Amino acid sequence: MSFLKNSELHEGGVIKEAGNAHEYKTGDWRTFVPQFIEENCIHCMFCWIYCPDTAIEIDTSGDKPLMKGIVLEHCKGCGICAHECPPAKKGKSALVMIREEK
Amino acid sequence: MEQKLVALSGNEAVAYAFKQAKPHVASAFPITPQTEMMHKYAEFVANGESTTEMILVESEHSAMSAAVGSAAAGARTFTATSSAGFALMWEVVYIAASLRLPICMALVNRALSGNINIHCDHSDSMGGRDAGWIHLFCENAQESYDNAIMAWRIGEHMDVRLPVMVNYDGFIISHTADSLKMLPDDAAYDFIGKYKHNYSLLDVENPVTVGPLDLTDYYFEHKASQLAAYDKVPGIVEKVSAEFGDLTGRHYDLCEEYKMDDAELVMVMLGSSAGTAKDVIDEYREKGVKVGLLKVRMFRPFPNALIAKALAGRKAVAVLDRSASFGGFGGPVFTEVRSAMYGQKVPVNGYIYGLGGRDFDMKQTESVIQNLQKVAAGGQLDDVNLLGIRA
Repeated sequence: MSFLKNSELHEGGVIKEAGNAHEYKTGDWRTFVPQFIEENCIHCMFCWIYCPDTAIEIDTSGDKPLMKGIVLEHCKGCGICAHECPPAKKGKSALVMIREEK
Repeated sequence: MEQKLVALSGNEAVAYAFKQAKPHVASAFPITPQTEMMHKYAEFVANGESTTEMILVESEHSAMSAAVGSAAAGARTFTATSSAGFALMWEVVYIAASLRLPICMALVNRALSGNINIHCDHSDSMGGRDAGWIHLFCENAQESYDNAIMAWRIGEHMDVRLPVMVNYDGFIISHTADSLKMLPDDAAYDFIGKYKHNYSLLDVENPVTVGPLDLTDYYFEHKASQLAAYDKVPGIVEKVSAEFGDLTGRHYDLCEEYKMDDAELVMVMLGSSAGTAKDVIDEYREKGVKVGLLKVRMFRPFPNALIAKALAGRKAVAVLDRSASFGGFGGPVFTEVRSAMYGQKVPVNGYIYGLGGRDFDMKQTESVIQNLQKVAAGGQLDDVNLLGIRA
């Protein structure tokens, strides 16, 4: 991401642009990364509700929202989604944490 | 402009000045010698003479925090304190300036503990001299009233947007009845003007984030922007003071020059003791001694170029501090003036006087003038001296 110069900042360090956390990429903080196993997903939206960031991508075009995957630019690898993901299909979860290898 | 001549204590005078600005919010916690000022203000509110919302908090840390919240919400806000109260505010004092909130504060100068002392010195305000506020110092009740009127215009100016501290000496000014001229309420409010804010936390159509986490990537840039703000302050203070002079006939500059035109010997100081110094200067002038006074009205931002110019070519300069900088090289005013005089061949000596309210009397002033004569004649004197102490 690019940084603003001091002449471009608002007085007093105030931020006037709402919802700008989306532009702040936090993906490189991660050690573990969630793997999305689509065939195990029942689209319950628990991961979307529990994610402390905006790292769960969903499709809301249909009648019911569908889990699409992880936004890796924002996922910090906290693992909450995998913890909350119910093993609904034959005891298997749709989200599993693995160590991210560079 | 016709003005009423009244007899008021400094605290009452400042309470009236603040009332005339019609502030939306005031937060305060009582501490001697500031108490009487907020007491008077609370009386205005209780009597229906002021619609200011008073927030009575449980400490000065909260008083300044409430003031910051109120100013960020877009309200004209003031507070007042002294000594340990200001010390307890300290953390939030920086925040008020960093967020560029034009809060006004009366700082009724009182010594810091220990040992515990309720009388005047400037150690309280000097503790916050790097916090980013504008510091105005007053010689008497009239100047306290006048600065408390001008403070709003200065801090709220769109090119400034900084908090302003009106310093006046505890008891010496705050509790002494003094005659002064006051503007009629309408004229004072017309001069100060309606409050305008740059942003408001209550404006849901334009949401803002105030005081976010600011780490290695942005903090320094924000401080650079803040540093640049102080360059504009002296010009605005001069402009506002000139307008005030046109209105009231009382003219103020960043520093007051008293008998400076041909002065060879100069005393530099802040606050009420300048009044005593002027009397003694008059006596020595009659004896043919060319001595003058440079009274610093605005200590922050420090008008270094102006002071260096005013002191250039003099034979000797004495800088008097009503506070000590423990372990430092002289008091805060001395340090600044010496530094401003870099490269000039004018001897500058420092004095520390009046700590804990010790009277600054005519005898002490005379000893300073006699030392100035000695130094001007090539004599030696310590860089930093204690004045009026039993040694």
